[in-house]
Amino acid sequence: MIQFLVHDKKDTVGVAVVDVKAGQTLEGRDLATNEKLSAKALMDIPLGHKIALKDFKPGDTVYKYACDIGKVVASIKAGEHVHIHNLKTKRWA
Amino acid sequence: MQDRKIMAYRRENGRVGVRNHVVVLPVDDISNACAEMVGNNIKGAMALPHAYGRLQFGEDLDLFFRTMIGTGSNPNVAACVVIGIEPGWTQKIVDGIAKTGKPVAGFSIEGRGDIKTAAEASYKTKEFVQWASEIQRSECKFSELYISVKCGESDTTTGLSSCPTVGNVLDKHCALGGIASFGETSELTGAEHIVKSKAANKEVEAKFTAMFEDYQKLVFAERAGSDLSESQPTKGNIAGGLTTIEEKALGNVEKLGKRTKYIDALQPAEAPAKGPGLYFMDTSSAAAEAVTLWAASGAVVHLFPTGQGNVIGNPIEPVIKLSGNPKTVATMAEHIDLDVSAILRGEMTLDQAGDALIDVIVRTANGRLTSAEALGHREFVMTKLYRSA
Repeated sequence: MIQFLVHDKKDTVGVAVVDVKAGQTLEGRDLATNEKLSAKALMDIPLGHKIALKDFKPGDTVYKYACDIGKVVASIKAGEHVHIHNLKTKRWA
Repeated sequence: MQDRKIMAYRRENGRVGVRNHVVVLPVDDISNACAEMVGNNIKGAMALPHAYGRLQFGEDLDLFFRTMIGTGSNPNVAACVVIGIEPGWTQKIVDGIAKTGKPVAGFSIEGRGDIKTAAEASYKTKEFVQWASEIQRSECKFSELYISVKCGESDTTTGLSSCPTVGNVLDKHCALGGIASFGETSELTGAEHIVKSKAANKEVEAKFTAMFEDYQKLVFAERAGSDLSESQPTKGNIAGGLTTIEEKALGNVEKLGKRTKYIDALQPAEAPAKGPGLYFMDTSSAAAEAVTLWAASGAVVHLFPTGQGNVIGNPIEPVIKLSGNPKTVATMAEHIDLDVSAILRGEMTLDQAGDALIDVIVRTANGRLTSAEALGHREFVMTKLYRSA
């Protein structure tokens, strides 16, 4: 059963496709290559929300669709929830 | 992909429509009441009240006329009755619609009053409705459909499933010589490099870029320091997991397919004029406004990927809703025409989802009411460029 999906191997976040609980070990899939991936959730992540696939520090760029989707504004550990509290747009800031 | 047969309406100008509406079109907000009287008198006629049509000027007035004339001219409309407060603008709209060859008539209220005008217009509308009711569908080709696409209430599942499903269909449709259009200028922010790369040539790319830059200037001029979060992306997007406009845009452009280039960049409500292919149109990202513009440009079916559950329809252009969000397809089932959440479980490929969507389009073209039509969603919302005079 797949718990998260990634658009491209360059992505540094995945998308939870089910509600994920803290502590769960997750199976994922790379949509481009169908390659199997794995991750461990450090927090609850709702369906549709993002999970960090690596550690980030403020100022880092997050990649999804192999493209820049914004800048990190608070430290993030791999397995944590990535959303408006730690990721902001670079375009209209 | 083979070019599927559909049973649709071949209009006087050769265009193919999938519905057979008789529309009572008020020119202006003050003619709404009279138009609604006619719509009540004659069953099978549909009044389209709206909020504008007075004291507009310049480019905004041009857009108003394009929208009015285009709505009446749409191939899904069999015949049209136009009602305005005065004869000049009423006749301008009638003349525009008459170029299609379809039956159209105009009536104006000044010097007569609502009741007399409604009576005269009702006689004509009854004639149109009974005439239209005898029109038969005939065999046409899928590739003769002009399809518009826009996503709404997006979340991360739209980028993963429903948008790429639409992209799969666009690639197939345009390869067969079909016409399609995408837009949502603001929501391309962050993915504009991808959109530019899909322009068929440098002139088209420049046209698109000018429209895109114009929008960015507007945002920077008017935003007063806000980063637009909750407006763009919206609260619904954010609840669904989308964090930034860049992320939203990248999901959005999955609708454009993998292989198709767009051959022109259209003004709002401008009809595609360069033959078969994909077109960009400068539209709002607000769903009802955008679909109203596409219907005015002649689009006859709309594909609408949604994540969190957008509910809009359009009075003349059937809106097909598809979603890959398993929560939405369960909790808002009455709004969804195609469930593609199996993509998220790895149980359906994009090709299979694209073919499933093509089946829904064929059934819709042949007469199946979309969920939005069955629920009575008829959002007719005009785009206004600036304040009236």
